[in-house]
Parts: sequence; structure tokens; C-alpha cells
Amino acid sequence: MRTFPIGGIHPSDNKEWSKDKAIEVLGLPDEVKVTMIQHIGAPSTPIVAKGDKVLTGQLIGQATGFVSANIHAPISGTVTSVDAYPNGQGQRRIMVVIKREGDEWMEDIDRTPELKRECELTSEEIIAKVRNAGIVGLGGAQFPTHVKLSVPDGQKAEVLIINGVECEPYLTSDYRNMLERAEMLLTGVEILMRAVKVERAVIGVENNKPDAIAHLRDIIARDNYAGIEVMPLKLRYPQGGEKQLIAAVTGRQVAPPPALPISVGAVVCNVSTAIAVYEAVQKNKPLIERVVTITGKALGSTHNFLARMGTCVGDIINLAGGLPEGDVKLLNGGPMMGRSVVDITAPLIKGCSGITVLSGAEAARGKEMACIKCGKCVAACPMGLEPYLLSKLAKLQKWDMAEEHNTIDCIECGCCSYTCPSYVPLLDYIRIGKQTVMTNIRARANANKK
Amino acid sequence: MATRLFAAPSPHLHGGENTRRIMGDVVLALLPALAVSTYVLGWSVLTTTAIAVAGCVAFEYLICRFLLKRASTIGDLSAVVTGVLLAFNLPAGIPWWIVLIGSLVAIGIGKMTFGGLGCNPFNPALTGRIFLLIAYPVQMTDWTTNVPDTLSGSTILPTIKYQPELVGELDFMQMFGGNMNGSMGEISALALILGGLYLLWRRVISWHIPVSILATMAIFAAIVGAGYGGSTIYELPLFHILAGGALLGAIFMATDYSTSPMTHKGMIIYGVGIGIITMVIRLWGAYPEGMSFAIFIMNAVTPLINKYCRPKRFGC
Repeated sequence: MRTFPIGGIHPSDNKEWSKDKAIEVLGLPDEVKVTMIQHIGAPSTPIVAKGDKVLTGQLIGQATGFVSANIHAPISGTVTSVDAYPNGQGQRRIMVVIKREGDEWMEDIDRTPELKRECELTSEEIIAKVRNAGIVGLGGAQFPTHVKLSVPDGQKAEVLIINGVECEPYLTSDYRNMLERAEMLLTGVEILMRAVKVERAVIGVENNKPDAIAHLRDIIARDNYAGIEVMPLKLRYPQGGEKQLIAAVTGRQVAPPPALPISVGAVVCNVSTAIAVYEAVQKNKPLIERVVTITGKALGSTHNFLARMGTCVGDIINLAGGLPEGDVKLLNGGPMMGRSVVDITAPLIKGCSGITVLSGAEAARGKEMACIKCGKCVAACPMGLEPYLLSKLAKLQKWDMAEEHNTIDCIECGCCSYTCPSYVPLLDYIRIGKQTVMTNIRARANANKK
Repeated sequence: MATRLFAAPSPHLHGGENTRRIMGDVVLALLPALAVSTYVLGWSVLTTTAIAVAGCVAFEYLICRFLLKRASTIGDLSAVVTGVLLAFNLPAGIPWWIVLIGSLVAIGIGKMTFGGLGCNPFNPALTGRIFLLIAYPVQMTDWTTNVPDTLSGSTILPTIKYQPELVGELDFMQMFGGNMNGSMGEISALALILGGLYLLWRRVISWHIPVSILATMAIFAAIVGAGYGGSTIYELPLFHILAGGALLGAIFMATDYSTSPMTHKGMIIYGVGIGIITMVIRLWGAYPEGMSFAIFIMNAVTPLINKYCRPKRFGC
């Protein structure tokens, strides 16, 4: 069975907590706070003001430039405020607050549940629709999907890879999507194949989800989805990393930055993103809701909700029995790459595939001890880096040496910190080094331009 | 009780591995060899080991608290490992005060001068052993003091090197099981291999260093040993692996994290180096056994190996 070539770890997947919970449609929230930055790139510009009436699916934030994404009203009602509010990390961001009145949708959105399979649109038309719908990578990266689909001149995509790996422990939203919305997913894949002009698509799924693999294969055979293949992959974190997945599926490695997946002929999209693409292209429905896993051993109940963007995170947690007492770590995402949430009034954002609640004991960090040079971090690094060295160089502020040792290749998967027997917070230091080195590289590029 | 949200950067989970458990595993892996040695060589094996361990732990504690004035690091159990390994490199009946001097050199000079665990360039137990070998050559090679009558008063490597005519038919099964004379920890190949397999299973060590050392020694013996003028046993690859400190060194000493390379490629270069140097010393050097010197020399080369044997960068 295939997997990526170097490094990786085997954390226990903890998916049993929520994997059997069918997707529940969450009741409409009375109020949403819609962040104007839910993507990588420039923040969107709000185009509504206090007092405006909006319909569900109406554009309220205009993308600023190519690498940016449109934002739409997740509910209908009145805009009560456009102001800065804290996001999950407590940073103040411009948000549009909408108070709900009824459930009025934009007229051009097709809300019928029937699958609409035929698509005669050209690549450009599909990409334009994806762009208008404000679709970003729903696996967590939030990279604008239309940018990914726009294959640069002179380059050619050979294969579309659909990321159904979901290698993060605990999370099950992609898994539920594959089981419950397979037809939408596969139609989305067909549309994406048209968009990037390839004849072949591979859905990579780790072999801890045999029912999802079997189900997708059944539907592909039953409904004749030509050119789409489901590839089981050996269980190993971080297989869902874009470069790792491409290597696992095609055997080809994307060169170090700034090389992109397209350099080896691959375009990668998450399964939930493919479903959003289907809805945008076939149903004119912008990205206003997503499946989000609410999970954790300490929670009263676990769920996979279909929730509107902008819903208050605290309200969602209350539906799962509320936060447990004592020390709690609340995560936007899973425990390996998710971000700590410190403000539960923060809204749900596009990239939030799960809300994971860890108890203090589970998320406790050991006291940092001396590096014993065991080499476990080197063996675990999926990018072939030397985490012990990069972390030390960052500690010593030797930025030039950190750059020489390719610190910007780091994908921040956390395998190094996870394996370190001395509890050295390797990734914390490496991140600082990586950010500084990236700043230095940009500064040099700017100086050269002048 | 109220809910307290706390924050930290990812990853939010840890694999559960820790230094103390790794060191504990190494001690556990050394127990079979300790048991066989005690059975063959007598109770002095246990007292000598106890003195070495107590000495190493005490010196580390005292140096931390009174010289470096910082929290003691004895809790990581690395001083225990050093103590056991040092004892395993000594003849069982060696005077107790020599054991203590060895512990002081191992921990004081071999480890703490460089900043403690992880910072030392040379294996601390080996530093102690080599110091004792040079400072107390007579006591360090006196194998008669505690040995039961059934065993010869000398060990096989010097005998075969200097008085090959005394060596009769060798029983490899006896060498394998441990019924021979030698430093405390090195006599039973079986017990050492058992310990090594345990460490491999626990992923404390990888196969690269031990296998490359032993394979190099075997190949070297097969090729070069044939041309050696001494006893014909010298030509046998198996003899070199079972005799002296080959297994103890390859499995437990050379694999010390701080003093061995980080990448698998580097580990193999390091292992091959140790294998060649050991055989050169055994066949042509002034000493009958060269394992400790070989590891010591390759310890010195480790930073250089780390510099040139980088892991393969993804995408290159």
C-alpha cells in the first residue's frame, strides 16, 4: 500500500469518538459574525453597512485581488454592525454581524436536493463560478480554490488528487462527507477535472476508513464516474499534507519552495472542497456552510454538524454539552495542526473542519529537558529536515544558518515536537525561525527590485 | 470548578516517549547480561555494578548541586546507564576505589564538563574505562581475582594474540552463552543480543549501528584475518563477534545517542568506522582489544559525520 517517502508518525487516530455520528443540520443561528478574512491572501472588503438587509447567499465581502476570496451572508436578516471583533485567537478582525430574520435565500440559488450531474461549462466558466462562490480549501489551509485551479500558462495538469486522507486525529468531517455525500463529492470531482482539464482523478483515503473507500468505489461503479479512482493509503501522519499526498499517490516529489504541485502535474483538492465546488457550480450556492466535527473525550456528546459560517463557536460547543470543567484546550482543527481558541465568542470560519476539545492532561506539555540527540525528530520529519538543529539555530538567532538548512521547507506538521523524548518544543522555535527567514527573503527580494 | 481555557501552539499532543523511559529501557536491556555475569563470575559482579551506579549518580548529583548550582538531572536515569555500562567494562573483582575513580571520570570529565546529558562528545562510560585502562593497567586486566576455578585466568583475546599456542579447541557455544572470562558485561553474547532485541523492539535503537559494526568486523576478519600469522581461529568472523567487547560495544556503547550520528546513513558510516578500527587494533595494534578505542575515535568524528550526512531533503 502506498504512502509518502520519508518521516511521519502514528498518533492514535481517536476517530471512534465521532465517526459514527451522521451529519446533523444545525438549526439556524439567531446571529452570525462573518469574518472578512477566512482565507490566505488579502482580507475581503465589506460591501454592506449597518442597517442593510441581506439575503442568504448574498455577497457581503468582496475579494481584494486575485489571491483573496468573496464572502457571502450565511443567513438572511439585518446587518447590525461592521466592526472589529476577536477571532478565536483573540485577534481583532473586521466582521459583519447579521441578525437573523427568517430564512430568505438569493433567488438564483437552487435549493432542491436532487443531484445535478451534467455540466457543460468550460474550464474558465467553472473557475469563475468557484471564484464568485468564495471557495477556499476546506481541509484547514483556506487557500483560495480558484487560484489552485488556474493552471499557469505553459504548465499542464496531469492528475487531480482529491484529499480524503483526513490524517488529523479526531476529525471526521471529511469521512462523513465521503459516506453521506458521495454523489455530490464525485460530481464535484468531475467538475474539477473539467476545470483543470485532466482525464484522471485519484481520491486518496487512508486505510483506517475502509467503509468510505468501499462506498466511494460502489458509487463510482454504479453511476459510471469515469476516470475517478479511489486509492487506499497506508495510515501515517501527515499524509494529508499536500506534498506528502502527491508523493504517496504519484510517487513524485514537489521540489522545495517556491515550486508548486503543478510542477509535477498535480492539482490537489480536499473532499469537502470538492462538494463545495459542486454546490457552487451546479446549484449556484456560495460557500456559506460546512460540515464541522465537534469532538473530544471530555465532551458530553460528539457531533458532525452542517453549520453556517459565522455561527458562534461557544453555541456549537453548548450543543455538545458545553466545555468540561478544569483546564481545557479548545482547538480550531485537530490536535496536530489545529490552532488554540481562547475566545469562545469567535465565529465558525471556512477552514474549520473540526472543533476539538482536549483536557488539560491530554494536552499537557512536558517540561523541556536537554536535547539528547536521539535523532527521533530527524527520522520523523516528512520534509527531510533536521528539526533539532533548526530549533537550536532559531534559539541562537542564527537566521542565515537556519535558511541554509532549509527551514522554510517546514510544513509545521508537528511530528518533531510529538516524538521528542525531551519535550523540546521544536516546532515553536522552528516557526519563529521560519517566519524570520521568510521575512528576510522577502526583504532581499524587495531590495533587489529597487 | 470553573473552566480554564489555555492556549499553546500546535502540536497539542505528545507521543509519550521520554528520556527517563528510554534510559530505563536501556537498564532493563542490560539486566540479562548482568544476571549471566553474576551467575558465571560471582556476587562481586553485583557489588561492583552497585558501586559504579551509586558513584555515577552521586557524582552527577553533587556536581549539579554544588559546582553548577542548578537542579539535579539524576532523574533522567542517564547516570544509572553510565554506571552500569562502566561496571560492565571492568573485571568483576576490581578494587572498589578504582570503580569510584572511574565513575568520577565518567561523570565528571566525560559528561558534566561538557554540560551534561546530550552535550558530551564522548561516551561517558567509555571515557571512564579508557582512563582506568591507562591509569590502572594491571588491575584493569587482572581477570584472576574473582574467577571460579572452571574458567581460565585470562581472557581469550590477549591469549590468542600473544600466546596462541595455549588456545586449544574453542567452544563457540560456551562463548555464546557466556561461560568465559572477561569484563563483567561482555561475556554472554546471548544475553547482550536479547537486550539488543528488546531495544530494537522498543525503538530505543535502530539496527544501523550494531549491524554495521558487526558486519564490518566479520567481513574484515574473513578477508584480512586469513593473512594473519597467528592462530587459525583468528580468521573466523564469528570469533571476533563473540570475543571481547564487540557485542557490548556495538549494541550498548556505540549506540549512545549524544555521541553517535543522527541520520541512518551517518550511523552506517560510523559503524563501519568502528568495525574497521576495532579490527585493526585487534590484529595489529598494541592492545588485544580495540572496541573502546574505536568507539572513542568515531565519537570524535560524529560531528563531522553529522555535518556531511544530512537527511535527504524532500523534493531533491
